[in-house]
Amino acid sequence: MKGRDVYVIGAGMSSFGEHWDSSLRELIVDAAIKAIADSKIEGKQLQAVYGGCMASGLFAGQEHVGALIADYLGLNPLPSTRLEAACASGSVAMRNGIMAIASGFYDVVAVGGVEKMTDVSTEMASTTLGGAGDEEWELFNGATFPALYALMARRHMLEYGTTEEQMAMVAVKNHANAAKNRYAQFQKEITIDTVMKSQYVASPLKLFDCSPLTDGAAAVILASGDVAKKICEKPIKLIASSQASDSLALANRASFSSLRATQIAAKEAFTQAGIKSKDVDVAELHDCFTIAELMAMEDLGFCEKGKSGKMVEAGQTKIGSDIPINTSGGLKGCGHPVGATGVKQIVEIAWQLRGEATGRQVKNAEIGLTHNVGGSGATAVVHLLKKDF
Amino acid sequence: MTEGIARIWRNQRDRYNLIGTHCEECKNDFFPQRKICPVCRRKGKLKEKQMPTTGKIYSFTLVTGGPVGFDYETPYYLAIVELDNKVKILTQIVDSDDDKVKIGQPVKAMFRRIQTHGEEGLIAYGYKFKVV
Repeated sequence: MKGRDVYVIGAGMSSFGEHWDSSLRELIVDAAIKAIADSKIEGKQLQAVYGGCMASGLFAGQEHVGALIADYLGLNPLPSTRLEAACASGSVAMRNGIMAIASGFYDVVAVGGVEKMTDVSTEMASTTLGGAGDEEWELFNGATFPALYALMARRHMLEYGTTEEQMAMVAVKNHANAAKNRYAQFQKEITIDTVMKSQYVASPLKLFDCSPLTDGAAAVILASGDVAKKICEKPIKLIASSQASDSLALANRASFSSLRATQIAAKEAFTQAGIKSKDVDVAELHDCFTIAELMAMEDLGFCEKGKSGKMVEAGQTKIGSDIPINTSGGLKGCGHPVGATGVKQIVEIAWQLRGEATGRQVKNAEIGLTHNVGGSGATAVVHLLKKDF
Repeated sequence: MTEGIARIWRNQRDRYNLIGTHCEECKNDFFPQRKICPVCRRKGKLKEKQMPTTGKIYSFTLVTGGPVGFDYETPYYLAIVELDNKVKILTQIVDSDDDKVKIGQPVKAMFRRIQTHGEEGLIAYGYKFKVV
């Protein structure tokens, strides 16, 4: 990675779920306070705030979230900026925090992500999330997000023989992991039957193939090498940060069974870090729908193209396997407050590399990966982190 | 989320007539219209082009939970249709038997109502496809 070394020195998150008693600001304040306390820095050491949030305007009627965060954390007059890239908003905020430190502009910054999604009807939430695709040519014609991923799933099934049962196994695994994560929205294990017998939302995707609507926030504190080495006992080093774009609308893509933006971001990240996919010990992938985790496994190089279904079937992504995927429960089990997800993935990997993922700890984890997608694949962000203590 | 009349009006011509663009430099067709050729950028020479109104189903799904404005439609088939010039387009499939909605099936474009916003709200029209 170019520039100065950047470290995660603090991490925290609100619990994810349907929080009828918490507003947008209460969620992000909760997560940020935990991250700041975890880092052991003083608030006055912070120099800037970057916040990821996708659609607070439509979900909560609130824009200007950057100012809201600084104000309610008592951090005025620090510069505070909101970043948006649909469901990859959190990762894009993360990248901006990383670049601010790598460039030498700041030494300590806070990065947060938040979404308050359950104050609107399911129909309105569906419309709001539809804006992550092409509003004039997809959402206008009735394309919901489950529908877009269903169109991809059907091609993956046709081209590689992937089955609905294999997709169901992704949900079963992620719920099992979520049940071991006290911050997760779903605390119960499910069976393949639960998924297969749930109603179709957009065939071949069923309710249990889909990530839920979630309220939640996550935050991390980033610092330069000098600061991190001085105050942090368990610094986690950022060894890659990459981002790629693709066509906003699904119809304009050459392939429906892989995400080109993920493939390009992955290649760039592994080049930056000088490592290969097999060197990754634990990964948080963007499983907004079960098919998305399968495609991401292939696009990131964890298996050959078309082999992800069989890999999940063989249990090769469970905790205890060579490459445990979505130990937090993923978007599916832990929940998917869209703007918070990218930051939550960093929080989970930081806990894993620090050996603090109680109940779901991956043994001897040294290198972790996060993969966050915006929309149906128009933005993809990959981060690589390494234990450095 | 289509509330302003102008928002619907300004896309009417392209939606009603399936008008996209053709780049005379790289020979690619695009739908919807683009002002800049994503392949050639400043060297591109784009002009309007009527897209073919027939093609084949490339992928499809039956949507059982629609967004705002689709109360009268749900459930509905949504598909990616590959038009005869290889351009892909997202559209609803209507007036077709369930067992005929499958990948590879030939389809043709029709003019149809797309969204209705309440009893007294705007009605937006555009294209939907049916199996032939």
